[in-house]
Amino acid sequence: MRVLVCVKRVPAPGAKINITDDGQSVDATNLGHTMSPHEECGLELAVQLVEAHGGESHVLTLGVTEADEQCRWAASIGINKATLIDVGTQGWDPQRTASAMTDAIRAIEEVDGGFDVLIFGNESADTGGFQVGIRVARALGRPMVNAIKGVNISAGIDGENTVLEAQRETDSGMEVYKLPMPCAIGVKEGITWPRYPTMRGRLASKKLAVDVAASDAAPGGQTMVRLNRPEEQVSETIILGEGAAAAPAVIELLKELGLWSEGTSKQEVGA
Amino acid sequence: MSVLVVVEHDRGTLADASLEAFAFARSIAGQLGEQVEALLIGADAAGLADVCAAHGAGAVHHASIAGDSVGDYGPEAYGMVVASLAALLLPSGIVASGTDRGNEVLAQAAAELDLPFVANCVSVKTADEWELTRVQWGGSLNEDALLRSRLPIVSVAHHSVEPQEVSIGATAAITEHIVELPEWVSRSVIQDRVVLSEGLTLATAPVVIGGGRGVGSAEGFNVLEALAARLGGVVGCSRAVTNNGWRPHSDQVGQTGTRIAPQLYIACGISGAIQHWVGAKAAKKILAINIDPAANMVVKADYAVIGDLFEVLPAIEQG
Repeated sequence: MRVLVCVKRVPAPGAKINITDDGQSVDATNLGHTMSPHEECGLELAVQLVEAHGGESHVLTLGVTEADEQCRWAASIGINKATLIDVGTQGWDPQRTASAMTDAIRAIEEVDGGFDVLIFGNESADTGGFQVGIRVARALGRPMVNAIKGVNISAGIDGENTVLEAQRETDSGMEVYKLPMPCAIGVKEGITWPRYPTMRGRLASKKLAVDVAASDAAPGGQTMVRLNRPEEQVSETIILGEGAAAAPAVIELLKELGLWSEGTSKQEVGA
Repeated sequence: MSVLVVVEHDRGTLADASLEAFAFARSIAGQLGEQVEALLIGADAAGLADVCAAHGAGAVHHASIAGDSVGDYGPEAYGMVVASLAALLLPSGIVASGTDRGNEVLAQAAAELDLPFVANCVSVKTADEWELTRVQWGGSLNEDALLRSRLPIVSVAHHSVEPQEVSIGATAAITEHIVELPEWVSRSVIQDRVVLSEGLTLATAPVVIGGGRGVGSAEGFNVLEALAARLGGVVGCSRAVTNNGWRPHSDQVGQTGTRIAPQLYIACGISGAIQHWVGAKAAKKILAINIDPAANMVVKADYAVIGDLFEVLPAIEQG
């Protein structure tokens, strides 16, 4: 089985996200970089699929030269190959990004063979455009479902792995999709538990040859003007008290909000 | 001309977030001097016409998919229906809710039409190029953006606008459409469902009691469960908790978990990292219980109790 995972390098902010003076990006001074938790789980899923079914996993990213770091992280947990589309910025719009990634996937598939599964994060941690994976899948003519939290590969009548059962979490349970492969999924955190790199993995990641590609994709119709910090509704926190002695004040608040019913005893609730 | 709202529903049950899409669409239609119209997809959605009218739809389009290969939902099928109706109705803009489904359907439609799609907007100023404000970082930052498109397609960030019934008791004329779709769209439709919970969920509970690293262990959540049972609420948690394996990921409140909007969120032993805050901030009121008066959650909350959650929660529960 051949599996591709797409990831995006993003700053790892602390308790507050600062913006550069020109409003064009997050001020990443003194910040490390990472990827969305959705994508970390996607990498783990790719490694697990190849462990279970054999084959090869490949990570693809688009951004700055330093996104090499995310490719090597992927290799350190077991991803086999990496391609970085170096466009010198993290700021390409969704249509342009999707177009460049579609071209890159076609180029990889021409050399190495088609992918059975394309894995994307449900949305990127920073810009959150909710569309790049869907656009890529459509351009490649493959089915795609987003918000997936469980997968199961099953054999078709010819004994080959041909159907990817994808479970999508809803408010009350799961929707189940059965996608004919090759297919694409957008995954959410929780689909896997990402492993930590082993010493052997770290060594392998240093030796990884990251394939660097370029792109001449044309800009799409959405242009960022600047980033702003939303106005925070600054409300003075009302301290209701300290320790157990604050309970009556909390119950008063619950009554005010209509969330406290005197008549309900613990026994009735448990019955 | 009109602003078309793609109404989200599950087998005929309206998704409340769709009402936010109507509110957002009204603000756009008002600027353009046009009316809001609704698009209901699927045979089981016909009964939603009146609620669309009450929320400002001057006309309702009901699209049924020809044949029965699609079932009740498929992202590619719904995207193709939106694209097909867009070509027929020529709206000035298309709006849906910024939910998993809403964003997915609009992204599919935009890909089919080869047009831009801007997800999770909070405001729009219409002009030749629409001037939009949308959320980034799960709502921690806003982005001002320009949208250049012959047909702007946008979703509205969940919980960013208040739904409002503007025409109580109104009815709208329903136009029926039968849409022929290519056979291949049936490859990505719902084949089955697994029901995991019948009762309250994080997204619907009036009160959510969240636990963070300060709860200390899986067993530590027993005091939160007890209070949740007393109040008729549900238990949630921070990412630190799921990372420690104390609770399943489905309980996680945050940017990569569930976005909640209860009447009251009681955050216990939660520091208030950005990842968690953006999933909790739509709560009407927040009560933080924490031993650290300087914790981000305490500073941002409406109310706080400074103390050990293992003393405070049982005292509340026992009334």
